[in-house]
Amino acid sequence: MPTPSINEYLIISGLLFAIGLGGVIIRRNIIVIFMCLELMLAAASLTLVAFSRFNVTDKGLPDYDGQMLVFFIITVAAAEVAVGLAIIVSLYRARQSIHTDELTSLRG
Amino acid sequence: MNPWLLLIIPIASAVIIQLGLKRNATASALLSTLSVASTFLISYLLLGKELSAAPIEWINIAGLQLDIGLQLDSLSKGMMIVVTAIGMLVHVFSLGYMKDDEAKARYFGCLSLFMFSMTGIVLASNFVMMFIFWELVGLSSYLLIGHWYHKNSAADAAKKAFLTNRIGDFGFMIGILMLWGIMGTVVFADMDGSKLSLLCTCLTGTVVLLIFCGAVGKSAQLPLHVWLPDAMEGPTPVSALIHAATMVAAGVYMMARLFLSLGITPDTAELIGSAPQVIAWVGAITSLLAALMATQQNDIKKILAYSTLSQLGYMVMAVGLVDANAGMFHLYTHAWFKALLFLGSGAVIYACHHEQDIWKMGGLFGKMKITAITFIIGTMALTAVPGTSGFFSKEGILHAAHENNQALFYIAVIVAALTTFYMFRLIFVAFFGKAKNEHAEHAKEVAPVMWIPLALLAIMAFASPFLGKLIPATEGYHPHLGFEINVVTIASLLAFAVGFIAALILYKGKTSDPVNIPLFRNKFYFDELYAWIIKIFQDALAAIVHFFDAFIINAMIIGGLSRSAVGIGNIFRRYAQSGSISGYAFLMAVGALLVIFFTVFASK
Amino acid sequence: MPSPFFYIFAAMMLSGGLMVIFMRNPVSSALSMVLSFLGLAGIFIGLNAYFVGILQILVYAGAIMVLFIFIIMLLDVKDEESHPRKGLAITAGVLIPVALIIQLAGVILTDDKSPSAPPLTLEAAAADYKQESVIHKKLSNGSLPDVHLIGRKLFTEYNFPLQVIAVLLLVATVGCVALSKKSSAPKDGAKPDKG
Repeated sequence: MPTPSINEYLIISGLLFAIGLGGVIIRRNIIVIFMCLELMLAAASLTLVAFSRFNVTDKGLPDYDGQMLVFFIITVAAAEVAVGLAIIVSLYRARQSIHTDELTSLRG
Repeated sequence: MNPWLLLIIPIASAVIIQLGLKRNATASALLSTLSVASTFLISYLLLGKELSAAPIEWINIAGLQLDIGLQLDSLSKGMMIVVTAIGMLVHVFSLGYMKDDEAKARYFGCLSLFMFSMTGIVLASNFVMMFIFWELVGLSSYLLIGHWYHKNSAADAAKKAFLTNRIGDFGFMIGILMLWGIMGTVVFADMDGSKLSLLCTCLTGTVVLLIFCGAVGKSAQLPLHVWLPDAMEGPTPVSALIHAATMVAAGVYMMARLFLSLGITPDTAELIGSAPQVIAWVGAITSLLAALMATQQNDIKKILAYSTLSQLGYMVMAVGLVDANAGMFHLYTHAWFKALLFLGSGAVIYACHHEQDIWKMGGLFGKMKITAITFIIGTMALTAVPGTSGFFSKEGILHAAHENNQALFYIAVIVAALTTFYMFRLIFVAFFGKAKNEHAEHAKEVAPVMWIPLALLAIMAFASPFLGKLIPATEGYHPHLGFEINVVTIASLLAFAVGFIAALILYKGKTSDPVNIPLFRNKFYFDELYAWIIKIFQDALAAIVHFFDAFIINAMIIGGLSRSAVGIGNIFRRYAQSGSISGYAFLMAVGALLVIFFTVFASK
Repeated sequence: MPSPFFYIFAAMMLSGGLMVIFMRNPVSSALSMVLSFLGLAGIFIGLNAYFVGILQILVYAGAIMVLFIFIIMLLDVKDEESHPRKGLAITAGVLIPVALIIQLAGVILTDDKSPSAPPLTLEAAAADYKQESVIHKKLSNGSLPDVHLIGRKLFTEYNFPLQVIAVLLLVATVGCVALSKKSSAPKDGAKPDKG
C-alpha cells in the first residue's frame, strides 16, 4: 500500500487554511468567522504534526517537539475561544447584533 | 589689589539683592552703596600703578581667540574714576531721593547691575567683550528708565531707548565684524594701525563709521537722539548717572578707544578717509539742534537732557576732529557738572513734590540755598565761565575746531551762546522771581544725604581739571589750563555774554514764556517724522510680509502640505477604513500574500 | 497510513471546512466544524500522533463545539438569509484563498523530492530507556507509547511552558468571568479537561 508523501499533507493543510481564510472574508456572522479562525489554526496544527512524523529522530521515534507545539496551540486556542466567546456575548449585549455589517464603529 | 574685583563686586551685589534681599530695601540700598564705594576705592588705588590682570580664556578656535580680559591704561583707569565716583555720589543721593520708593531694592539692584556693565565697557580688553557689556548697559538703562513701569510713559520711554539703541548697535556689530576681518583680531592691544594703509579708505572709513553707529545710538547723536529726552522718565539720579555722566558718554569713550587702538592721530587721519569729517559734522549738528530744542523746553529735566545731547555733540565733534583727548577731557569735566545739575534738579523736583515744570517753580533760591548755589555752580561750569572746569574743556574743543574747520568753530560758538541762554533761562525762571505754585512756595532744603553729594560735585566742577592723574586720556596728555587772550577765548566769552544778556532780558521775573517757537518746542518734529516714516515703511513691509506669510507660507506651503496630507488621508479613510471586518481581513490577507510573494518568489 | 484512508479523512476534513462556510445556519456550521476536526483527528492518528488526535476530538469536538453551540443558542442568532451576500466579498473570499493555494503550489511543485513517511524503529529506540520502564517495555513490544513519551517530554523539557500555560488558562478563566459578569458564565466549565 502506498503512503501519502509530505507534500500531500502540506497541500491539504494549505487547502484547509485557505478555506478558513475564505470563510473569514466571506462570512458575516462573527461566530462563524471565529470558527473559520479555528479551522486555520487546525491547518497549522496539521502541518506541525506532519513534520513531526516525517522528521524521525536518530532514535527512530517521531520528533515530539512538533506535537508539543500542537498541544500548546490547542490549549491556547481553548482559552482563546472561551475569552472570544465571552467578548462576543458582551458585544451582543451592547449592540444586539453579532453581524459584522452592523459593527462598523472602526469606520474612519 | 586684584582688578577683577571691580567687576566682581557690583555683579555680586546685584545678584545678592536680586536673589536674597528683595524684601529688605534698606539692606539692599546699603549693600549697593557699599559695593560702589569699594569699587571707587579700588579704582583710586589702581591709579598710577602698572597692574595687569590675567585674562580668562573664553573662545579659542582657529582664527579667533577671545579672552575676557581687562584693559588697564590711563584712559580706562581715569574713566573708571569718573564712573565709580559719580556712581558712588549718585548712590548716596539715591538713599535720600528714593527713600520712600516701593521698589527700592529693585532700584538698587539695577544700579549695581549698571555699575557692573559700565565697568565692563570701560575695562573691556576687546571689542566683543565691550559689545556684550554695551548691551548690558542698554539692559540696565532699560530697567532703570522703566523703573516706574506702571506709568505708561516710563514703559514706553524704556522701550524707545532700547529699540533706538538696537539700530545703532546693529551697525556697531557689523563694524566689529568688519574690523575683525581687516585686523584679524578684536583685541585692542593687538590691533595694528599700519594695516589700514594697505586698504582703500572707503573700506576703512566705512568700518569706522559703522562702529560710530554704536556711539550714535548710545551717545544719542542725530538721528538716533530721540530716546534720550524720553529717558528722563526714569528716576532723576538715574538720569544723572546713566543719561548724563557715564553711559551716554560711553560712545565717546569707545571712539577714543578705537582711535587709540588704531593709532589714529591727526597725521594718520587720512587713512580712514572722510569718516572723521562725518563724525565731526554729526556731533556739531546734534549739538546745534539739541541746543535749539533746549531753549523752548519747560520740563527741568528735559532742558538738562537736551543740554546733555548738545554737550555730547561737542565731544563727538572733538573726536571727529581727531582730538579724542579733548573729547575725553570734556567728557570728564562734563560728567561732574552735569551729574551735579541733574542731582540738583532731582533735589528741586524732590522738594517741589515731583513738579518738573520750571514755570510752576520760582523763588527757590531763598528756600534751598545749598541746592541753588550748587546748581548755579554747575551752570557756570556748563556755560564755561572762566575758571570753571567747563571753560577749560570747552576751550580745548573750540581750539580743535578753530584749527581744523572754521564752520564747525562757528557752530560751536553759537551752541555755547545758546547753552548759556537756556541754562540761565532755567535759573531765572526756576530759582528767582516769585513762587508760581504751592509746592514751590513750601519747598524746603533737602536732607544732608542729598546735598552732600551736590557739594562734592560742585567742588569737582571747579577742581576736576587740576586733578591731572584722574583725567581719562592717553598717556602723557596734559590739558591746557591757562588763560590767554586769543580768538577762541574772546569768542567763548562773547558767546557767554550774549547768552546771558539775552536770558536776563527775556526771562528775568517773567511768569510765562515770552518766546514761542513751535519748531524748537516740538523738537524739530523728529518724533513725528519717525512715526510717519515708520508708519509708511512698516505698514508697507508688514503688508508684504503679511502677504508672503498668509498666502505663500500659510496657504501654499503649510496649508498645501496639510491639505494634501488630509486629502490622502481621507482617501484611505473613505476606502480602507470602512469599518468592515471582512475588508480588514481581506487587506490583511493581501498583505500576507504580498509578504510571501516578496520573500519567497521575488527574492529568487 | 495507507493512502486510501488518508484521502477519506482529508476529504472529510476539507468538506467539513467548506460546509462551515456555506451552511447558512450557524448551528450547522458548528456541526460541520466537528466533522472537519474528526477528519483531522483521523489524519493525526494516521501520523502516529495518537495523543494529539484524541486531544483534538476531546477539546474541539467535545468542549469547544459545545461552547459554540451554547453561545449560538444563547444569543438566538438568526441565520444570514436576511442579509444578502455581497458579490464583492465572495469574489475576494475566493480569489485570496486561490492565490494562496497557487503560491503554496508554487513552493511545493518546485521541490521534486517528496518523501513518504520514514519508518519508525521502535525496538532500537527502546535501548535509551530504562529496562523496567513502561516506555521500554512497549517499545520492545513494537508499539508506540505515545502518551508516555509526550508526558515525559512535557514534564521535563517543557515544564516551564506548561506552568505558563496553566497561568494563562487561569487568566482566561478570570477574564471570562469578568467579561460576562452580569450573566452566568457557563463557558468556563469546558476547560478543565485540557489542563
